[in-house]
Amino acid sequence: MITEALILSAILFVVGTFGVLVRRNAIIMFLCIELQLNAVNLAFVALSRLVGIDGQVFVFFVMTVAAAEAAVGLAIIISIFRHYESVDVNNFNLLKW
Amino acid sequence: MTIFSTLLTSVVQEGHGGGGGDFVPFLPGLVVLLPLLGFVINGFLALRHARRSADAVRAGGELDLGGPGERPATHTLPSLVGPGVMLLAFLVTLVNFVRMLGSELHEPMVVHYWTWIDTGAFHVSAALQLDQLSMVMMMVVTGVGFLIHVFSVGYMKDDPGYPRYFAYLNLFVFFMLVLVMGSSYPLMFVGWEGVGLCSYLLIGYWFSDREKADAGKKAFIVNRIGDFGFLVAMFFLFVTFGTLDFVPVFHDAPDALVYGGGLATAISLFFLLGATGKSAQIPLYVWLPDAMAGPTPVSALIHAATMVTAGVYMVARSSTLFALSPVGSATVAGIGVLTALFAATIALKQNDIKKVLAYSTVSQLGYMFLGVGVGAYAAGVFHLMTHAFFKALLFLGSGAVIHSMHHALHHTHNHADPQDMRNMGGLRKYMPITWTVMWLATLAIAGIWPFAGFFSKDEIIWQTAAFGGAEHAPFPGLYTAYWVIALAAAMLTAFYMTRLMVMTFHGSNRTGSAEEKHLHEAPAVMWVPLAVLAVLSTFGGWINVPEAIRESFLGGFGVLPMTEWLHHWLEPVTATAHHIQETNLGELSHYAPFGGGEVAWAVISTVMALVIVVAASRVLVRGEVKPAAEDAEPTGFGKVLYNKWYVDELYDRTVVQPLLRLSRFCWKWIDAFLIDGAVNAAGLVARGMGWAGSLFQTGNLNTYAFFFSLAALVILGVVVF
Repeated sequence: MITEALILSAILFVVGTFGVLVRRNAIIMFLCIELQLNAVNLAFVALSRLVGIDGQVFVFFVMTVAAAEAAVGLAIIISIFRHYESVDVNNFNLLKW
Repeated sequence: MTIFSTLLTSVVQEGHGGGGGDFVPFLPGLVVLLPLLGFVINGFLALRHARRSADAVRAGGELDLGGPGERPATHTLPSLVGPGVMLLAFLVTLVNFVRMLGSELHEPMVVHYWTWIDTGAFHVSAALQLDQLSMVMMMVVTGVGFLIHVFSVGYMKDDPGYPRYFAYLNLFVFFMLVLVMGSSYPLMFVGWEGVGLCSYLLIGYWFSDREKADAGKKAFIVNRIGDFGFLVAMFFLFVTFGTLDFVPVFHDAPDALVYGGGLATAISLFFLLGATGKSAQIPLYVWLPDAMAGPTPVSALIHAATMVTAGVYMVARSSTLFALSPVGSATVAGIGVLTALFAATIALKQNDIKKVLAYSTVSQLGYMFLGVGVGAYAAGVFHLMTHAFFKALLFLGSGAVIHSMHHALHHTHNHADPQDMRNMGGLRKYMPITWTVMWLATLAIAGIWPFAGFFSKDEIIWQTAAFGGAEHAPFPGLYTAYWVIALAAAMLTAFYMTRLMVMTFHGSNRTGSAEEKHLHEAPAVMWVPLAVLAVLSTFGGWINVPEAIRESFLGGFGVLPMTEWLHHWLEPVTATAHHIQETNLGELSHYAPFGGGEVAWAVISTVMALVIVVAASRVLVRGEVKPAAEDAEPTGFGKVLYNKWYVDELYDRTVVQPLLRLSRFCWKWIDAFLIDGAVNAAGLVARGMGWAGSLFQTGNLNTYAFFFSLAALVILGVVVF
């Protein structure tokens, strides 16, 4: 059971990472990050079978942080959208040398 | 007045009550502190005056000091404070002196105040040493110093920097007293550097004149060369003895150092280097003639009577060390006698009255070095003392002349040089008191019986002969040469001093008819100190009449009092040195190199000096002297002497210019090119690397994410595998 769960977790994580790297839409990238986080959550829950309750506690932490991150991240995306009328990350390249 | 009566009672009570008992010092710290107090008060007034005149200038005007009767407090208080603290210091010294006279003191009395340096093996305490030698120096410094302070009240009264002048002068006396009273070499060095600082400040007192400010710098820098020698000698001493306090060093020296050994010679030669700087001897004498840029009383106090004799004091203080090194002592004497002759030749052709006196001072300091170099430490200190009297008198007298000349030329807006003797002449009529006292001083410096200089200078010359003729004298021929040169320089002294007197006071007046009316005698505040110094210059030599001379007619068949008093007085200080000398050299000679005893040569030298003075005054008074503006440039050998043997030019070519070139090289190439270049290169490299790194900052989110993931993968790979 644990093996299958970890494999699923890995697949989800790679899908998430791939999404972050190749997509240009900020919302999609954001969703892919959520996917990565949840992949990690799955791994935590699965492994808590082996090592005890700690993994499950961590999942709560991750979910809390993800919620806070979603709030802040979506707010940033909305304000960027209001400015550029677009959520394509290729447009946001002001922070450079 | 209460202080005065307290002092008197304490003298009477303890001085007389002692009667051969122990020496009880009377507030020796007060002697040092009083001039310091004067410095603080006068310094405060000087700052106040500076602030006020700065305010006045900012307001667009200039501070008006008012007439003589309406000066602000900043310009009246120093007249009281400056000489006042000196008088009190002199009185306290006098009490100590009287007490020392009435007691038996064989070991120096060291009064400890606090620990100054305490690190590992090196301990120095702030302590004052009271013994016969420091007492003589204290009497000279505070006594002559007081007279010069009083003279300054008259001489400097119209100077806007009046409080600043007295602040510096008081500070100088403070450091000079630290120099002569300190109980260890480091403390002496504090005074040594302090008087150098005050000398610098006072030479450049009129600092708005570039030439005068430069003269101050020259004095300071040349002295630094000597200070290097002093420091190295101190390091040698510390390595050898583990302490720098006078008492233990001189106690251990005869056992720790080998007679004639390399270490003793090295120490004495390095100390000599220090002394040549401070006491203006060959090769470091060049700063003293330039130091005449300062006010004339400063020349009298610092550059004639006290500071420049510090080197002589130091050699006399270290007599034990110098006695252990015949080579060192012979070098001291050689440098002294050469300087005496060399400076005397230059003085022959100088026209600036102060320059003549400056070279005369260098020459007389040479005699002192000769004295302490031939083991006649008491004679050296004796000449130091009499020289302080007559040279201070000569300088102050020249100050009175310059003062009068300055006023006369100022009244008629004449821009002629008030110090040039070619512009003077015939001043005797207008300044009879100054004329009289300066002749007394001239007779004293020329070494004519029975004035002070006769006894002290003759003693030194005689001791040179006696030392050279000792049973096991080192380099006997050398001392014969010294003796001959010393006699020759004495003759030159008589001549150039007569020339100075004749050009200044005799002959026809060359100031100009309009100016002549404004020439005047110095006010009482100036001539009274002159008179006191004249008395000292006349009778000051009688405290040390040599035994042989006393019995002859020169000593009035025993009428002159106090036979060899100073010699016996300094005995406890010089005893070790004399013991070393006696053991290694044997009996001193009683005959001069070409026969003749002490009395015979004393008669010969005084008669020759007298003949020169009389003949020179007769001849010179008839010779026509032209005013400076019309006078032709000297030619031939006279030109060489007039230009001081071109020594300044020689030093400029061989030392100053190469040093400047080296400095320029260090500046342009070492500093600006190498060091600055390295620093700039380091900055450039950092900037370049930053620029390369900044290329990664594309601002593109995907690129960042890609590198982030890549790095995470790499780290994961490293951790797992």
